[in-house]
Amino acid sequence: MKIVTAASAGTVESSDIIVRIEPREEKGLEIHLTSSVMQQFGKKIEKVIRETLDGLGVENARVEAVDKGALDCTVRARTAAAAYRAAERTDYEWRTKE
Amino acid sequence: MDISGIRHINEIAQNGPFAPEKVTFKGHIGNSGKILSSIHEAIVKTGLKDGMTISFHHHFRNGDYIVNMVLDEIAKMGIRNLTVAASSLASCHAPMIEHIKSGVVTHIETSGMRGELAEQVSRGLMEFPVVFRSHGGRAAAIARGELHIDVAFLGAPSCDPMGNANGYNRDEENATMCGSLGYAKVDAQYADKVVIITDHVVPYPNTPFGIPAVQVDYIVPVENIGDPAGIMSGATRYTKNPKELLIAKTAAKVIENSGCFYDGFSMQMGSGGASLATARFLREKMEADHIHAHFALGGITGQIVEMHEAGLIDKILDVQSFDLVAANSLKNNRFHTQIDGCFYAGYDDGGAAVNALDFVVLSALEIDTDFNVNVLTGSDGVIRGAIGGHPDTAAGASMSVVVGPLTRGRIPTIVKKVNTVVTPGTVVDVVVTEQGVAVNPRRRDLIEKLTAAGIMLTDIETLRLRAEKIVGEPDPIKYLDRIVGVVLYRDNTVIDVIHQVDESET
Repeated sequence: MKIVTAASAGTVESSDIIVRIEPREEKGLEIHLTSSVMQQFGKKIEKVIRETLDGLGVENARVEAVDKGALDCTVRARTAAAAYRAAERTDYEWRTKE
Repeated sequence: MDISGIRHINEIAQNGPFAPEKVTFKGHIGNSGKILSSIHEAIVKTGLKDGMTISFHHHFRNGDYIVNMVLDEIAKMGIRNLTVAASSLASCHAPMIEHIKSGVVTHIETSGMRGELAEQVSRGLMEFPVVFRSHGGRAAAIARGELHIDVAFLGAPSCDPMGNANGYNRDEENATMCGSLGYAKVDAQYADKVVIITDHVVPYPNTPFGIPAVQVDYIVPVENIGDPAGIMSGATRYTKNPKELLIAKTAAKVIENSGCFYDGFSMQMGSGGASLATARFLREKMEADHIHAHFALGGITGQIVEMHEAGLIDKILDVQSFDLVAANSLKNNRFHTQIDGCFYAGYDDGGAAVNALDFVVLSALEIDTDFNVNVLTGSDGVIRGAIGGHPDTAAGASMSVVVGPLTRGRIPTIVKKVNTVVTPGTVVDVVVTEQGVAVNPRRRDLIEKLTAAGIMLTDIETLRLRAEKIVGEPDPIKYLDRIVGVVLYRDNTVIDVIHQVDESET
């Protein structure tokens, strides 16, 4: 998935995260995270963002995320939504819970 | 002739036609000599010197002007190296940071701390650790002389020229008020010098009083003692949060079936959303079953007052009024009584009111699988709360119920080990969350009673795992070796220490 524009998803409400993704010239993912639970969950949140983008095949992107204590499922959803928007893709495949 | 030979000549002379003019009652109180023109004058008269201990009360909560007003003046006068022994400190006391940096304040004793001051203390602002005591522990330490107060600066919404002070006044309806002066009463009784700082000098006698004139040395009238909006709200509101309502409903059910709920019981309710709501559910049950309480203790809210006025609670013992309804009730209701910190929770007094409690409902920031409770430091290790009467009431009551959500945002409430032990698991009996109730295995009697009543119980480790499943396992907080806070249990022995948080990596 190629990031072509800047886009974001999420809010700065409690228990949410806002993820902003934009194109990056250099190779790789550059993630900047601030979180109200940085000490306890900072590494984990960054890992979830990275894994979500890897799973979508996003190779080069700059990510700015402001977390207010979101759970992993929320982090994944906001990251994926921001990535699809930044890639200008609308073919998201909805899955039902197995 | 030597008239001094006449017996009782003095009395005769003083009362005869040539006796000096009588000082009138009005003139007398006008010249009580206690009223001073400024805080500066009071500091001079009390003889405050380097290295002494000064005290304050926290009945004005986050609306307090007294602490900053007095410390600013002390700093101007060049007095240094003071211990500030406040019954508690709030966010509004951030200006103290400058006085700590300049060496005016070198030691702090308090129940708790919030805001910028707490943040900076947690990050190593002070050379000496802050001493945290419970309300009962502080009162007992003052009474026993372990905490000696040289000068107490006590804000009071009303005071007469003799020094009778109170947390409300009867002359003006819309004046500043804080209700009970419970924690300040201990300072007034034991401090070497007592200064009342008031915005209302009222005619003698200002009765009923919270602090009697005999304990007061000086009175300083000032324009403002606090911000009414920060001192208290109109009425503490009921929660609409469904999670809190579920917790409250469950807690009420636990209490009803615990054996502690009988005609003539006694209780204390915290002011948190869930514990207030617990009072509402209990009230329904009390009305339905015609059960009434003999007394309610503690920090008092409008909910307790309503139950008192409806005849459901005979007496209110009020060490701290949480809202205007409570403060007005203290003023108007005959059996709503102002009590001091020792009466409330002093540990070496078997007659302390907490020991007569059937149950108490308390909140928590963290509870661990040994039932230890933390109400002082946040999940990031930073000080952001107060001990209050938590350990005093948990230890005194026949049953202590701790209520709280399983998680707050991404922060679990039930953890393997609390960051700071404030109340030991040995005095915590029941933990109620929206996802289940856990009873301390030590209380087999409660487990039997609650199980018989059909209440589903779980164990605390199961609750912890449930929380972890939702939020994941948090990384441990990193601390430095340096100690920034010493936490005392209610008997003033050290129960835990708070280390400086290590933020070098984040």
